[in-house]
Parts: sequence; structure tokens; C-alpha cells
Amino acid sequence: MDLLRFSTAGSVDDGKSTLIGRLLFDTKGAYEDQLASIRKNGKIDLSLLTDGLRAEREQGITIDVAYRYFATPRRKFIIADTPGHEQYTRNMATGASTADLTIVLIDARKGVLPQSRRHAYIASLLGTPRVAVAINKMDLVDFSQDIYNSIEREFSEFSQELGFREVRYFPISALDGDNVVAPSARTPWFDGGSLLQYLETAPGLAEADRKPFRMPVQYVIRPTLDFRGYAGQIASGTVRPGDKLLILPSGRTTTVKSLASFDGDLKEAFAPMSVTLTIADEIDISRGDMLVSPIQPPHVAHRLETALVWMDEQPLRLGRPYLIKHTTSQIRASVVAIQYRIDINTLEHVPSSELRLNEIAVVTLETQRPLLFDRYCSNRNTGAFILIDPVSNATVAAGMIRGVEGEHNRPLRVSDEERRLRHGHKPAIVNVPREGELAYELERALFDRGVQVAIADQQDQARILQNAGLVALLRTDGAYVQRSIDEIFRSLEADHTIPDESFTSGEGI
Amino acid sequence: MASLPHLQSLEAESIHILREVMAEFERPVMLYSVGKDSSVMVRLAQKAFYPGPIPFPLLHVDTTYKFQEMIEFRDNFAKQIGARLIVHTNTEAIANGANPYRLGTEKCCALLKTQALLDALREGGFDAAFGGARRDEEKSRAKERIYSFRDRFGQWDPKNQRPELWNLYNSRINKGETIRVFPLSNWTEMDVWQYIQEENIPVVPMYFAKERSVVVRGNSLVSLEHNATLRPGEQPELVMSRMRSLGCSHCTGAIRSEADTLPKIIDELITFRRSERENRVIDHDREGSMELKKREGYF
Repeated sequence: MDLLRFSTAGSVDDGKSTLIGRLLFDTKGAYEDQLASIRKNGKIDLSLLTDGLRAEREQGITIDVAYRYFATPRRKFIIADTPGHEQYTRNMATGASTADLTIVLIDARKGVLPQSRRHAYIASLLGTPRVAVAINKMDLVDFSQDIYNSIEREFSEFSQELGFREVRYFPISALDGDNVVAPSARTPWFDGGSLLQYLETAPGLAEADRKPFRMPVQYVIRPTLDFRGYAGQIASGTVRPGDKLLILPSGRTTTVKSLASFDGDLKEAFAPMSVTLTIADEIDISRGDMLVSPIQPPHVAHRLETALVWMDEQPLRLGRPYLIKHTTSQIRASVVAIQYRIDINTLEHVPSSELRLNEIAVVTLETQRPLLFDRYCSNRNTGAFILIDPVSNATVAAGMIRGVEGEHNRPLRVSDEERRLRHGHKPAIVNVPREGELAYELERALFDRGVQVAIADQQDQARILQNAGLVALLRTDGAYVQRSIDEIFRSLEADHTIPDESFTSGEGI
Repeated sequence: MASLPHLQSLEAESIHILREVMAEFERPVMLYSVGKDSSVMVRLAQKAFYPGPIPFPLLHVDTTYKFQEMIEFRDNFAKQIGARLIVHTNTEAIANGANPYRLGTEKCCALLKTQALLDALREGGFDAAFGGARRDEEKSRAKERIYSFRDRFGQWDPKNQRPELWNLYNSRINKGETIRVFPLSNWTEMDVWQYIQEENIPVVPMYFAKERSVVVRGNSLVSLEHNATLRPGEQPELVMSRMRSLGCSHCTGAIRSEADTLPKIIDELITFRRSERENRVIDHDREGSMELKKREGYF
């Protein structure tokens, strides 16, 4: 059983609380005594299940992000239940920041409203890969397929440019339960399954993490003179004893000695595990440093282009020093220019000299020391930051790094390093037997793992492929050393060249 | 690539929080309530700083109305894991006759728990305090942050909480202000029990069913510790029962249960239709009770 985090967003009365109440109720995430307190005139009002604080009971609206939990035999779910009211962009961004998926609710009677577009846009800005569009209150429009179709058409046109990996649509009635947990007989024209079935099967963020290794050092554990462990949560990728590591910002390299743990040393660890690493060399490493894959290091820069969601009553002040908390480092930073503000209703870029509560802009940020980062769209953990007001201590903004300012000033010649970054691995020439299918099998296996690979029959062809940053499988006659696909793959990731060794058998392919 | 099982995801998140606090605050302390959530939190702290010791003390606010079995367990447990344990009691209030029978539960709680806790934090100079509260426990906790900011008076303002994004926690405070930190925020009661089973974590035996001498009072089973008075017509009887959550003996009822092993407790949870804190008198003192207590500084 794994974990899926999703956020919900909806307008004040499109039935979001009822939908969550329904999911909790039907999966037994709500208890009898809680149900008793929301029973009115013998009828259960599901929306009251999720209605927490006194202030919001008084106003009748949800005013803050609330977290809910339920589980099915397949998955545990964490819902970030975010308010839909216009002035609470900040809460929606908060909820979406950790979500694998977002549910956007649309009232079937009202169609795609500006709020629906806003929710989808914020979800895309915060990098939520998947969206489930729940077209609610279908019971009030006689489960009309035409209405469903027109909403789907309108939303998909609009969301195309938002870059989601997947958008799925569900005609539901949260009140009656249609297509929420089980497919409904009242929508015979719909064969997309239920919303819950989708939530149970959609890939989560923790899956398929093939990104390069990153671990910001959080804390140094040094109980005795013989032990020095670097503790942190792996931001991306996988690590094993024997792996080469690059330490930033020092630029020194070392090897992983062990992955120490309370339950015994680990053979392997991957994101998002919290681990303690020991290394082979005596190098001074402290909190805020980053341990990374030497062949795919992060960017290092102190002038960045970032998206900002402003979250404080006090507007942004250009040039004023704020504190930036990024991975495990906290340093000074200031916004030197607002490139443009984004109108979240129209998605238009608007020239602007200021940034206020709940507004979003793309800005140029300068940090006191260079930041070690990846672009947010390729790595949420190393591309995200918050800004803190050093006087009020308030969290004033959430930021997503888009790239290095002035990236166009690059040298003319494409370097080997740039090719490695592009392809995600080192170039290599691997000798394979000329006869038989083995070369093709190997090519397929490497290709499927994301390796840029091609077959060469002559040495000079292989060299050209290697110069282009690719892996060349050179078919030759002669003796071969047996190597598994895993060994070859790992040697492309680790920072050493594959010697001109050979390959004889298909084992491991 | 396989995805991380949910308990390991939760563990990784909690360990990250524990380390983050240790790295960024001067004097953290862990509130240790002797219950199952505290047991889990202590195990996570052992893991977070392994092979080193837990680098902060445990603090137990003892109202003196806790069950005897809890106190015995606490002392053995702390010794066994080599943790530094601070026990704090509001002795002044008790000397002045504070008890649940005389003051009623609401006032008793304010003096012996909330006030005692605020005093202990101030006396120890602690700037961050870990608590084992979970968001699934009670409505007002669903909106609690992982880092919960408290002003100089230890109070909580639900309308003025800092936004919390990704795993980036804002640890900035001024002198006198504190942060309450909840590493188990995203755990459910079921997660806690599954983890206790998976990790073989010791918990107070009162969680397991056996025949106990109790008074049946409406839907609750009331223990007779600390000279609880019988109401007219009441007779103690032996009932197969267990505690689902632990607090003061006066305010914590047992539930009828046959679950005397971890697997049986987990099976029982699957079929449960009543929430965990239902037997906690203090949550039901009045509408929005827990939220009011939290505003005043309760955990």
C-alpha cells in the first residue's frame, strides 16, 4: 500500500465539502460519533464533516487548508482540502505544493467558471502532474451527456497549455454518490470508471523517480569521534554504497561508504527516504551543502528567474532583503525586478511594478550566495523555496525556480557537460558480439531505460556517436566479458568511463 | 521503480521534521504523554539521530491523575532507551486543592495540563516542543500546521498561521515565542498501530484488552483509580475492556473490547465506527472545545 496526496479546489458552493464528506463516509474515514454531530433533522449533511474551525462555522465557509485522511485496501490518501474563495490563492498554492494530483470541482449547472480556471492554473504552477475534473451536481441536470461533453471540451481547450501530464473527467453527484466510489447506473454513457478508482490507480510522485541523485545535508550526526554521518531526506534519485558523490558547493568528490540506519545498514535508498550517509573521505560538510550525482549536478547561480506567489498582507518591496529558505539553506535574497505579473483569470502577462497578497509574478531574484538548484519543473524539491520577512518572520512568498537569469550568455561550443545534462548519462563505447541478436537486445534494453543508444559497425562510427554524447554498441569480433544490463546502466550513471570491455551473453537483459 | 510504502513515506517525513527542528532551534524538547503516539514519536527520534542518542529531553506533564500503569511504563521506558526525562507537575495548584472532582474537568485541565505545560516550557527555556498530535484526531487539528506558531503567552491564533509549503518550514521566532511541532501530523490512528506492530514498539499494556474493574456509566466504562466516587446505585464490575486513548483516569473511559494483541487491535480498528477521542471527556466540554483549549495554549 502506498500513499497518494491530492488537493481539492472548488468554489464556495460547488459541493467540495460534500464530495470530501462523501469520500470519507463511503470509505469509512468518518466515525459514527462524528456523523451524529452533523445529523440535522435525521439527514446527514456531509459537508459539515470537514467544516472545522469556529470562525468558519460562523461564516459558513472554509477559510484555511485542512488535511483529511482515508484509506482503501489499495492506498492511503491525504487530502489537502483548500478553500475556494477568491482571496485564498495562497491556501490553494499551499495545498497543491505537496499534491500528486488535484481535483477541480465544477458545478454542472454553471460550467467552467473563472474559479475553475484559477484552480487549474495554480495546480499547474505548483507542478501537480495530474488533474481530475469532477463535474458535480449531475443529478440537477438529469445526468445530461451534452452538458458533460461541453464542459469537458471547454476545460480541455483551456488546460492544454497548462502542461498537465493527465486530465481526467468524471460526471458525479457528491450528494447521491454517483461515480464517486462506484460507477453509477445513472450515467450509462460514461465508461471512465469512478473518481475513487482513478485515485487508487493514478501514479504518485514517489514513483518513477529516475532523476539524478540529490540530498541536501540537513544535520551532521557525530556521536563519537569514529562516526560522522550526514543526515538528510533524499530529494531525488537513488543512492548505494560505492556510489560517487559530488559535494557542493565545495566541488570535492567522494564515495558513499555506508547508509547507516537504526535497522541496520541499507543496501540502497531513494527519494523521499530520510537517511544517514557516511563517506569514504574526510571532508568538511555542513548543513546547507548538497550531495549530488557527479555526472548530473544541479545548477549553481545567484541570479535566478522564478515564479512567486505572494502570501503576505504587506506587498513585495523591490530590493529589500528577505530570507530565502531553499532545501536546507537559509540565506538573504532580494527581488531585483518584476518581469511581469500573471493575471490568473486570463493567464495574460501584465507589466507590473508591485506584487500584492494572492498575486503571482515572474521575477528576477538575487541571492547572497549561489543557490544549488534544479528548475522546479524538473525537480520540485530542489526548485522550490519560500521567502521570509526578516522583521515580521512571516512567510511572505512561495517560489518556483524557472532558470538562471541570463542563460543566453553561454559559450559557443557545446560542452560534454551540457551533453551529459541533455542525455542524462555519460557517453560510452561498449563492445558487443557481431553475430546474433544480442546487440539488438541490449540496444532495446538500454533504450527502454532512457539511454540514448545506437549500434555501430566500425570504430570511427562509434567515436562519432560517443562525441555526440551517446552510447555506442560497437559490433566486433573477439573475446567478451560478460556484463549484465544493470552493470552497464550503472556505470553510465557513475562517474567513470566504461572501459572497452566486451559483452557475450544476454544474461540480465 | 517501486514506490515507497505509506508507512515508510510517513516515517521519512517525520524524521525530516525532527532533524529540521534539531538543526534550527536552540533548545527543543519532546512532549512525552506516555501514550501510543508518544511511543511512536520517540522511536522516530531514535531513528532520526541514530547512532547518536536522542539529542533533546522528554517532558511529561504529570497531572498526578494519570493511571498508575502509565507512570510505571514511563519510568521503565525512559530508562530502557536512555532518554533524559523531565516530569513537571503544577504542584502549586494541587496544593491549593485543584482536582477534577472539585473544579470540573474544564478548569482542572486548564490548571494541571495547560498551565503546567506553559510553565514547564518557560522554566526549561525551550523554544521548540514536539507533540504527538495528529490531524485526524479532532476537527480543529485538521488545520493545524506542522510548525505551529505560539506567541509569547503560548497561545495559538487559528487565523494567523504561517502558510506551510512543500517540506520547507519557517523556523523564525522572536525571543519568548515558541513553536509547537507535530511530526505525526499526517499519521492516522491506523498508521500508528500498524507502525507499532511493524517496528515492535513497546506501549502501555492498558491498550490491550483484559478484564478490568470499571463502572458502567452510560456508554463509557469508568476506571476507579484515584478515589473516583461512585454515583448512587453504581457497582464496579469486571468488564473485558481496553483503552483506545490514554489521559487522566477521571477523564478517560475504557471501551468494551476483546482485542488483546496488536493484530486484534488493528482488526478492531478496521471495523470501528467510533472515533478515537470519543471517550475523552475534555473534548466535549462544549462546542468547539478543543479549539478553545488550543487557543489558550493546550497541545
